[in-house]
Amino acid sequence: MSAENSIALDDIDRRIVAATSAGLPLVAEPYRAVADEVGIPVSDVLARMARMLEAGAIRRIGAVPNHFRLGLIANGMSVWDVDDAEIDDLGPKVGALVFVTHCYRRPRHLPDWPYNLFAMVHGPDRGVVAARIAEIADLLGPACRGHDVLYSKRILKKTGLRLAS
Amino acid sequence: MTALAQDAPDIDDTDRHIVNALQGGFPLTERPFHAEAGLLGIPEGELIARLRGMLEAGLLTRFGPLYNIDRMGGSFCLCALTAPADRFDEIADIVNGFAEVAHNYERDHRLNMWFVLALERPEDVPELVERIEEATGLQVFAFPKEAEYFVEFKVSL
Repeated sequence: MSAENSIALDDIDRRIVAATSAGLPLVAEPYRAVADEVGIPVSDVLARMARMLEAGAIRRIGAVPNHFRLGLIANGMSVWDVDDAEIDDLGPKVGALVFVTHCYRRPRHLPDWPYNLFAMVHGPDRGVVAARIAEIADLLGPACRGHDVLYSKRILKKTGLRLAS
Repeated sequence: MTALAQDAPDIDDTDRHIVNALQGGFPLTERPFHAEAGLLGIPEGELIARLRGMLEAGLLTRFGPLYNIDRMGGSFCLCALTAPADRFDEIADIVNGFAEVAHNYERDHRLNMWFVLALERPEDVPELVERIEEATGLQVFAFPKEAEYFVEFKVSL
């Protein structure tokens, strides 16, 4: 989020991002295909992507599974009202649970929304997800004043990253 | 790691190995599929064909770099609204019509539509939220992340 964590992308980096954000070409030399599209040598593509990977601008390179199609059809966004004094100690413990795929602190919107900890829990069915959420409740203990779980019903939109030019 | 449902779709052991092995660490080299296929013990062409097959079958949403817009000076912002049942699809179309909306999910809660804005400049979030409120006539709650405790996308099949 903060400026010191970000790296500056120049125009060529942006063109690489635009050429790869929907995926790499499935050919024997995918980075060469990207290089040809961007109009630079393949060594530049490799060096620039290595720099973005190093800086964390690329989280990882590989297969992005579709949880729904892989049978992980229950996807519960668990939300928790955790004591502000304890959330930064407890959040990483929740995030370390193997079945939690994303874990963030976010603002409350009182009185509509009292929850400040969001933890995404995946599982093959809602029963398994509910048992996993009970584990989180145990872990949080009395620091948690309430929680809820929002199951996803439908994907309405899912696109890759798009950078403005 | 996360367990897979018994009735998971048609995926054989080789596909399983590919998905488990290739969720990260795909090499930045001129012949990356060749190197990975060697580790998996299959020919390069078969690895490429199987990835293409899993993409076409929708088992993978994509294959390639996963960008972290936060580290590019940009920002993701989770937002939610309550769409009345009789206007749900109309509201979804309006929200999805904003190019900055990267994902949108229907969830079973009073706040029933949850979407993610992907913006290059975090300071543009409030204005975009306002535009979505104007376009839908509904209140939009923004949930920018204040701390990231863990992010892990891997599944084990």
